[in-house]
Amino acid sequence: MEREPIIHIENVHKWFGHVHALRGVNLDVYKGEVVVIIGPSGSGKSTLLRCINRLEEFDEGKIIVDGIPLDSAENINAVRTEVGMVFQQFNLFPHLTVLENICLAQRIVRKRKKEEAEAIAMELLRKVGIPEKAHNYPAQLSGGQQQRVAIARALAMNPKIMLFDEPTSALDPEMIQEVLDVMLNLAREGMTMVVVSHEIGFARAAAHRAILMDEGQIIEEAPPDILFNNPRHERTRAFLSKVLH
Amino acid sequence: MGLQSRRSFYFRFLGAYRDPWWLLVFAVLLILTALIVIQPNPFLRILLFVRDGIQVTIYVTLVSFALVLLLGLVVGLIRLSKLTILRGIATIYVEVIRGIPALVQLIFWYFAFPSLVQDIGRSLGWQALMDYRPNPVAMAILGLTICYAAYMSEVYRAGIQSIPRGQMEAARSLGMSYFQAMRYVILPQAVRVILPPVGNEFITLLKDSSLTSVVAVPELTRRGREFMAASFIPLQTWLMVSLLYLVMTLLATRVVAWIEYKTRLEK
Repeated sequence: MEREPIIHIENVHKWFGHVHALRGVNLDVYKGEVVVIIGPSGSGKSTLLRCINRLEEFDEGKIIVDGIPLDSAENINAVRTEVGMVFQQFNLFPHLTVLENICLAQRIVRKRKKEEAEAIAMELLRKVGIPEKAHNYPAQLSGGQQQRVAIARALAMNPKIMLFDEPTSALDPEMIQEVLDVMLNLAREGMTMVVVSHEIGFARAAAHRAILMDEGQIIEEAPPDILFNNPRHERTRAFLSKVLH
Repeated sequence: MGLQSRRSFYFRFLGAYRDPWWLLVFAVLLILTALIVIQPNPFLRILLFVRDGIQVTIYVTLVSFALVLLLGLVVGLIRLSKLTILRGIATIYVEVIRGIPALVQLIFWYFAFPSLVQDIGRSLGWQALMDYRPNPVAMAILGLTICYAAYMSEVYRAGIQSIPRGQMEAARSLGMSYFQAMRYVILPQAVRVILPPVGNEFITLLKDSSLTSVVAVPELTRRGREFMAASFIPLQTWLMVSLLYLVMTLLATRVVAWIEYKTRLEK
């Protein structure tokens, strides 16, 4: 491809003590692309995702996000304002209302005025379908609602890339779809997304590329239909047989 | 909302007969008043004599505590940081201070530290240092602050560590700096966790301010000793002083409980 990738990951290694968590990962993600990463637990998929906005430091290799190399403190903060992240445990701020959760970083990082930040927050809450919860506290919301607020909170910073770290794994089954629907809409709007998830249905519907990681390496990458229906590698087949029922 | 909170206030107020705290305060105030009214000599005389001591006790306690809150936070944050050298210094500070009795530290700051300054002045030939005389109240506040900040830093540290890691990660992933995340996300939650132990520290500090009586601070305990020395009525003197401390600590306990009630997380 001729285009510049918006995320460029080159030969990234990461050790946790003696554990070699990432073993030379190479990956390019292009603007508007939706990439889903699957793999057994401990395969390094979350670690890789967390390296992209440097919540995790890596020991070797390089990562360039939107032309900014992740090497200095200023660059890391610059990248973080471009990259939104959604966590498995939502990580909403429990001492703030939903509206304040979405406005806080807008105010102190983006330096937006209160009225402007609140207008943006309300618009995003309408987009994720829960404007009526603006003045509630996170503890008063269901898991699915909390995760939708977390997505709105990340979107309020106008990120160019959204990272999702197992966004539905902590949810009760009946709440998974409402979160996936928000993510699907986001994908259709052309947001660049890297999603660590085992939601095969979402991957089939939204992803341009699916990636299987195991033992800190990318084993196989292909369009989701091909990866899920005709995997080339034995390890992919073994993993899918456990995930697909 | 307003009506409901007012009702619950009256309910708690009228329900006082069931609350041992109110009972205790009424009892203490009753005894104090009774003593003063029935036997103004010596009890009113004692109260008037130690009155300025109460003010000094409150002043020393409040000023020290404000400084303890600040210094303790700084030390606690340093001990949680990645700044290796500073962290080492902070750890040594906490361990050394916690291993030495508060009374010994106060004596050190008032007697040993000034003689050190004077010796340095003599060897350098600086008259200003040679003539250095410590101010008792200032040295007491210094000593109490340095001593209690070591304990307080541990309270802060435990409180900050009790906040899940994901809170810091979420704040950082939104582009906040470490200090912005601390200021707006971590500390507001940690404050609610540490309020009970901070309240305890305050009450302990209030009581330990009596230690400063040995370093010439004219606070309540020292004024009590002065009255006893002049009047030779130890029983009444120390009964009065004890009751006055009890009133202050009981009120402080209630203020802490009230702040806890006000800052709890809305459900």
